[in-house]
Amino acid sequence: MIARLHFNKHLLETPFYPRTAPLNKHSEWGAWSGHLSATGFGDTEMEYTAIRNGASVYDLCPMVKYRITGPDAVAYLDRLTVRNVAKLTPGGVHYTVWCDDAGKVLDDGTLFRHGPQDFLLCCQERHLPWLTDATLGFEVAVEEITETIAALSLQGPCTASVLSAAGWDVSSLRPFRMTKVPFDGTTLTISRTGFTGDLGYELWIGPAHALALWDHLFTAGAPWGIRPIGSDALNMARIEAGFLIAGMDFIPAEQALREDRVRSPFELGLDWLIDWNKDHFNGRRALIRERESRASQWSLVGLDIAGNVSAEGSLIYHAKQKEVGYITAALWSPTTKRNLAIAHLKRPYAAAKSDNLWVEIYALRELQYVKLMVPARITPRPFFTPARRRATPPGRF
Amino acid sequence: MPSSDVIVIGGGPNGLAAATRLAQSGRRVTLVEAQPQVGGGAATTEFHTGYRTSALAHILQGPDARVASAMKLDAHGLRLSTPLTTAVPGIDPLTMQGTFGKVSGLAATDLAAWSELQERLTRFARLLAPMRQMTPPRPAAKAGNDLWNLGKLGLSLRSMGKVEFRELLRMLLINVADVLEDDLTDDRLMGLLAFDATLGAWAGPRSPNSLIVYLNRIAAGETLTLPMGGMGSVAAAMRKAAEAAGVTVLTGSPVDRIDMAADIVIGVTLANGENFAAGAVLSAICPRRTLETLVGPRYLDTGFIRRARAIKSRGGAAKLHLALTGAPHFPAADLTWRIVLAPSVNAVENAFNPVKYGEVPDAPVMEITFPTAHDPSLAPSGHHVLSAVVQFAPHAPKDRDAARAQMLQNTLNVLETAAPGLRPLIAHAEILMPYDIEDRFGMSGGSWHHGDLAVEQMLFLRPFAGVSQYNTPIPGLWLGGAGSHPGGGISGAAGWNAATQLLQGAKP
Repeated sequence: MIARLHFNKHLLETPFYPRTAPLNKHSEWGAWSGHLSATGFGDTEMEYTAIRNGASVYDLCPMVKYRITGPDAVAYLDRLTVRNVAKLTPGGVHYTVWCDDAGKVLDDGTLFRHGPQDFLLCCQERHLPWLTDATLGFEVAVEEITETIAALSLQGPCTASVLSAAGWDVSSLRPFRMTKVPFDGTTLTISRTGFTGDLGYELWIGPAHALALWDHLFTAGAPWGIRPIGSDALNMARIEAGFLIAGMDFIPAEQALREDRVRSPFELGLDWLIDWNKDHFNGRRALIRERESRASQWSLVGLDIAGNVSAEGSLIYHAKQKEVGYITAALWSPTTKRNLAIAHLKRPYAAAKSDNLWVEIYALRELQYVKLMVPARITPRPFFTPARRRATPPGRF
Repeated sequence: MPSSDVIVIGGGPNGLAAATRLAQSGRRVTLVEAQPQVGGGAATTEFHTGYRTSALAHILQGPDARVASAMKLDAHGLRLSTPLTTAVPGIDPLTMQGTFGKVSGLAATDLAAWSELQERLTRFARLLAPMRQMTPPRPAAKAGNDLWNLGKLGLSLRSMGKVEFRELLRMLLINVADVLEDDLTDDRLMGLLAFDATLGAWAGPRSPNSLIVYLNRIAAGETLTLPMGGMGSVAAAMRKAAEAAGVTVLTGSPVDRIDMAADIVIGVTLANGENFAAGAVLSAICPRRTLETLVGPRYLDTGFIRRARAIKSRGGAAKLHLALTGAPHFPAADLTWRIVLAPSVNAVENAFNPVKYGEVPDAPVMEITFPTAHDPSLAPSGHHVLSAVVQFAPHAPKDRDAARAQMLQNTLNVLETAAPGLRPLIAHAEILMPYDIEDRFGMSGGSWHHGDLAVEQMLFLRPFAGVSQYNTPIPGLWLGGAGSHPGGGISGAAGWNAATQLLQGAKP
C-alpha cells in the first residue's frame, strides 16, 4: 500500500511550484481545488496587460480533470452532458454543461476528444460520484486524473509567436482544436483554448516534464515579455470575455442549500448548448417541461453600468424600487473602457421590462461607504471578442 | 406486429387485476408473463410427486374488495375455506379468530386489556384502510392529490376525538413490542401478535415502526382463508376473469426490454425477439428490474437510477413445504387451523437478530397451515402437506447452501418439539430461502413486497419518491406491482390503483 500523506499539507503544490513560488514576490496565494494557486505575482494590472497585449502564463494544474474511455464513451457523454458529443471529432474541444435530474446545472467544463473512445473532461468542481453512477449501463471507465497532468494556459496576442519561437508551429491550429508535439522525450498536447477570450493556447504534459516546459516557454517567450499571471488578472479577462465560473456565477446544483439558488441552462443563457435532437440526456425531460411551460425564473445577462465604480456583488432594482436581480462578477474594463457586470435578473426584467434598471453600488471611499444608485442597461456578451481570437493562421505580433 | 392499447408485464395478482381493470374500461390489453403459468407468488406447485401446495403465499388475507367484486372470483371458480382459527398450541393452548379477532384461553386481566387494545388497533387499521385504495398523495404543490378522499380521511381521523387521535399519533411510528408490553402480560398472545406484526417484514418486533406494518396488514383484510386447490386457484380464477374481460394472456413470454421511440413507450420486445406494440406499458414486476433492466439507464436520469437502485429489498421469510405420510399431532390444535409457533416477543426478536448479520436463527418462528386438511386432493389419501412461513431467514448469507441446510434443520427441530413424532412422517422436505424465492419468483432480495414494506418505503415513498403515483418520468410507462403502494400480498390493490391512474391519464 502506498502511504497517502497528502493530508499533512493543507494545500498541495502544483508541479510548477518550484518556478512560481520564487516569482510570487508578495506571496499572493489562494486555494483552488486543494492546491496552492497564485492570485497574483505582484502587479495585477501588468499581468492583465500581458493577457491583452503580450503573452501570459497561468498555472492550470488544479483544474479538475476526468478521463473517460471505452466503447460507450460517446454514448455516455451524450447522456451526461447537454451538447452533442458525437459531433465533436477527435482532436476537438467543446464547452458544455451537465445537469441533474431537475435540469439544474451541476457544472460547466470543456470536453477534449483525444481519440474515438478517449475523452478528457475539465471542470471546476469534483463530480466523481455522479460521473461514476452515470456509468451504469455503459461500457466506459471514468478516472480522475487531475494530478497526473500538468497544464499551463498561455494567453495573449503574442502567444502564437511564442510557440513558434519555442519550435512548435501552430499556425494551422484552429480554435477548439488540439495538436500533439514531441517535447522532452514525451508528448506535449497543445489546444487552442483558453479562458480569456483572446488568442491563446493550453499546454498539457506529464508532471515530470512540467519544469522543462516552463523553462523552455519562458526562454522562448522572453522577447514578448512573457510573464506569469494570477487568478485576479485572469478574472478580469474572463469577465470581459463573458465566461462563467461555477461557484462564483452560479451555484452547482449539488451544492445549493436553498432551493431557489439552482439554475437551469435557460437561466444561465446556456440553452444554446442543448441538442434536443439527440437521445436522452440527464435532465432532458425536466428541461423540456421548463421550455414548454416557460417556467424559467431567471436570465443571465451582461450589464453596462454608468460610471466607473465596479459593481461587484451589487443588487439590481427596477425603477429604483423593486429588487430584480444581483451581480456575480463585475469590473471596470480596461480594454473596452466600460463598467461591466455579469448579472442574474428575474424574468421578465431581462427582456420585456429591461428598461429602467438600476444598480445599487456601495463605493468605499477612504474608509467610508457611499451608496450609489446608477443606471444600467443590458449589453451582449462577450463584452470583448477580438478578431485575433479566431483568426487562423493567428496574427504574428 | 401485434398491437394493443396497454401491455401489462407480469401475471401475478397485481398484473391480472390491472389488466382486468383496463380491459373492463374498454382498453385492448395484452398481459405477458415469463413463467409457463400466471400467478407469480400466487401459485400451486407439486413439490414432491403426488403432493401439491401453495408455492409461496399460502393464506389469503384480502383480496382487495374492488378486485374481488369486479373480477367475480367466486363465479370464476375460486373456492375458499371457512375463515381460519389461529392457534398457539401447547399444554395451555390459545386460539384467536381471524387475524385479530376473539381470543380464548386468556386470564381475565389480559382479556380486558386485549379487548381494549384490539378495539383500538382495529379502529386505527379501519381508518387507514381507505388509503390502500388511494393513489398516495404527494407532499408538493400542484401535485394533483385526491383532495376529496384525503379530506374524508382527515375528517374520519378527527371524528375519533382528541384522545384517540393523540393515541394514533403516539402509536403510528412505534414498535409493536412496546405496545404489547405496555398492555399485556401473556407471552403466548404477545408472541403471536409480535409474529403477525412482523410477518413478511424485514423487522423484528423491537424494530422501529413495526406497528404500522401490522396496521397495514390488518387493513388489507380481517379474515384469513385458504383457497381450495392452493393459491394457484386464485391465479386461475383471476386469469379467467381477465380473459372474460378481453385480456390476451401470453404465458412463457419473458420480456427482454421496454421499447421507446422519441422518449415515449411504444411497446415491448420479448426474450425471443418478438415485438408487441402498445401506447402504454404497465409493469407489475419489481420496480427496480423494470427500470434498471427493461428500460435501462440510458433512458433515465442518473439521480433517478440511484433512487431505484437504493430500494431496500430484503426478504426475511423462508417457505417450508413438507410431504407427510400421515397426520402430525400438535397438542390441542386442529390441522384446519393456522398454527403459530412464536412463544414470546423475545422469541420473535431473537429469531430476527441473526438475520441482521446474514446468519440463521437457532429457533425460527413460524406460521403453519395444512392445506390438505381443507382440500385432501392436494396429497395422496391420508397423507398431508405442511406449508409454513418461517422467519427469519437471511437474504444474503455467506454460504447459501449451508444456510439453507441449517435453516431446514433448525426449523424441523422447532417443529419436532411442538409436534413430537412429526419427523418420521416426512417423505420430502423443501425450504425456499429468500434467494430461492428471488430466483424462482423474480422478487428482488426475496421480498414478497418487491421492496421492504417499511415506513420509509410507504405511501409517497413507495417504491421511491417521484414514482409513487404509479406513473414514471417516461410517458406511457406505469408501475403497478407490489413495489408500489400499498405493497404485496394476494390483493391486487396496487395493480388496481395503477390501472385507475392510467385510465385517468395522469401526466408524469
